[in-house]
Amino acid sequence: MWQGRIGVLALVFVAILAGIPMCAAGGGGGDNQLEVYSWWTGPGEEEGLAAMVQAFQDENAGVTFVNAAVSGGAGSNAKAILASRLLANDPPDSYQRHAGLELEDDVRSGKVQDLSALYDREGWREVLPEGLLDNLTIDGRIYAVPVNIHRANLMWYRPATLDELGLGGPPKTWAEFLDQAERIKQAGRTALAIGPQWTQKHLFETVLLGELGADRYEQLFAGSLRWSSPEVEAALATYQKVLSYSDLRSASGDWQPQIDRVVAGTAVYAVMGDWASSYLEGTKKQRWQQGYAAVASPGSDGVYSFLSDAFTLPTGARNPEMAEKWLVECGSTEGQNLFNPKKGSIPARVDADAKLYNGYLGWALGQWRNPRTRIVGSLAHGVVANNAYNAEIDSALGLFNQNSDLNGLAVTLDRTYEATR
Amino acid sequence: MEGDWLHQPPEPVRRSARMRRVPGWLAGLGLMSPSLILVGVFIYGFIGWNVRVSFTSWQGLRPVYDFVWLDNYTALWNDARWRTDARNILVFTTVFVVGALALGFLMALLLEKGARGEAFYRGVFLFPMAISFIATAIVWRWLLDNGSGADTAGLNKLFADLGLGFLRSDWHKSDSSWAIAAVALPAGWALSGYVMALFLAGMRAIPNTFRESARIDGASEWQVLWYVMRPALRPVTFSAVLILIHISLKTFDLIYALDQGNLKIDTPSLYMWFTTFDGGFYDRGATIATVLLIGVALIIGPYIRYWLRTERR
Repeated sequence: MWQGRIGVLALVFVAILAGIPMCAAGGGGGDNQLEVYSWWTGPGEEEGLAAMVQAFQDENAGVTFVNAAVSGGAGSNAKAILASRLLANDPPDSYQRHAGLELEDDVRSGKVQDLSALYDREGWREVLPEGLLDNLTIDGRIYAVPVNIHRANLMWYRPATLDELGLGGPPKTWAEFLDQAERIKQAGRTALAIGPQWTQKHLFETVLLGELGADRYEQLFAGSLRWSSPEVEAALATYQKVLSYSDLRSASGDWQPQIDRVVAGTAVYAVMGDWASSYLEGTKKQRWQQGYAAVASPGSDGVYSFLSDAFTLPTGARNPEMAEKWLVECGSTEGQNLFNPKKGSIPARVDADAKLYNGYLGWALGQWRNPRTRIVGSLAHGVVANNAYNAEIDSALGLFNQNSDLNGLAVTLDRTYEATR
Repeated sequence: MEGDWLHQPPEPVRRSARMRRVPGWLAGLGLMSPSLILVGVFIYGFIGWNVRVSFTSWQGLRPVYDFVWLDNYTALWNDARWRTDARNILVFTTVFVVGALALGFLMALLLEKGARGEAFYRGVFLFPMAISFIATAIVWRWLLDNGSGADTAGLNKLFADLGLGFLRSDWHKSDSSWAIAAVALPAGWALSGYVMALFLAGMRAIPNTFRESARIDGASEWQVLWYVMRPALRPVTFSAVLILIHISLKTFDLIYALDQGNLKIDTPSLYMWFTTFDGGFYDRGATIATVLLIGVALIIGPYIRYWLRTERR
């Protein structure tokens, strides 16, 4: 009889245990809670988010802001957890994605709501550049509100290193880079510092952009130019040559040590997005145009390859009215000016106060607002390729590093484009 | 006494009579049912679900439960990345298991021979196991840095400073297709202490009289080791090998943090993660998981059979 009783007790215990998570999920909430999901946990961006949250709460008294941030891997950990929540139809009230086709799967699966009406009401179409709006539009509608803009097509260097080596200035084309690279190699230094796999993809898109030009770059990712066409294969061959002058065989484990090699002078150039600027200013205590400098990567002067952190309105959000207010905060001049100087990025809006952005950011903002600047989207950061295509490009580039089969790479990429469109 | 225990209301006779009628098997089932249900749902239920997904064409955030037969399995077979991964995991497992076994055995033997301060060394050798694989990987990412010239760091710098520069290696970034063998260094560093503990316990369990009588019969120390210790340690070795192999097949965090996305050290478990969560290929991810499970089952199966047989004896 003892056994029977313990058995019953155990069953009750299990029933209670099973009930706890349900209570936890169901409890809380209510009208005055807003759960926002992001991967903003790094230095700068965390403070920027906190400033925006503060302003949001000042305007909407009594709202409990739940910061559901997940750290690590430029959002890759956060994306995995978010996927499980979206699959379980348990979305946060708003979540972060990179603007562009990274959101395509969410849109086609009906996970996010159309924000076109909100764009019209807030007049955002007038204050965001056309190139950005084009890249935000999926199947004719807009589903995300961009907070910031980063630039991907930049080449970083230390002016003193160029002087030491007698290089007149940073290269204007990839052909010129290869000329310089040979001289740099003979001087016993590395021409191009490189980092983990994603930085190689970042370099890959930058070489493609420089060699193909903005138009054909966009055609390539829109599917109207094939990877196996002669001009793209030529660009791929350039990528291979550029890699051969990089320190790929002893690549850094992360992007910061990659930049460190440029600061230390053992490497001359590095292709990296403009988050490098706040790292160089903050951690490395370098000044813009003195300790470090950056120019548009070879062949891409006048082109702004962007990536952007954007927020969404998920289908089935518990508090959609409050979520919409959060999106308005994200899209407002005030919100973007609170966030961007801290994060080290520029506002997506062209009417934000320019005085808040100095040094590199001032230069970047000038380029972003210049009506002559051509805006295209970054591949490695989710703008011009959907998640499936992007992941297959990762595999293809990784295999290319091992087998150096250029034609195989082109054929594989053509095939995966068809399979993932 | 029973009434005291729960301050039961009257009628204790009738209650206990009723309780006594509960047959033994039912009480046993009641006792087991919580864990049976949990294991059934959270392990076997999910395994079954995973296998089901591996027969679908589910990609992206909208689940699809169609049936595509073995398409995903044949696609995997033709997938160049998968073939690299399968080869990598075989190389890694071989080097890691043999290395950790040899090192663990050697350390156990030295401690067994009565090194001074045994408890201290035991602690030192076991300690790496207490560190998470992620932390281990971050430390070893620096130790296995292969920068040259002014960028020399980690183990290579140590070698250079000691005048052993010829030992310099590119480790896991080497051009060799055996590059993944270098990952066995941190993995072995983390787990050889555990193997040592297993062997040490096994050695301690061998009655001293065995060795004494062998020595009296004129056996050398090597003969004692080979003919007395080795057979007696066979069950321990067997367990250690199986534990190491299944850890090796599942290794994820170590490689993830060591050099993310470097296909030279890519393994099936990493490919599963990237293709599922970066690319949304749930069908392919489930297929890889199923193949991995079969791989582990092929190794664990004989182990369980072996134990059932010895138990019965």
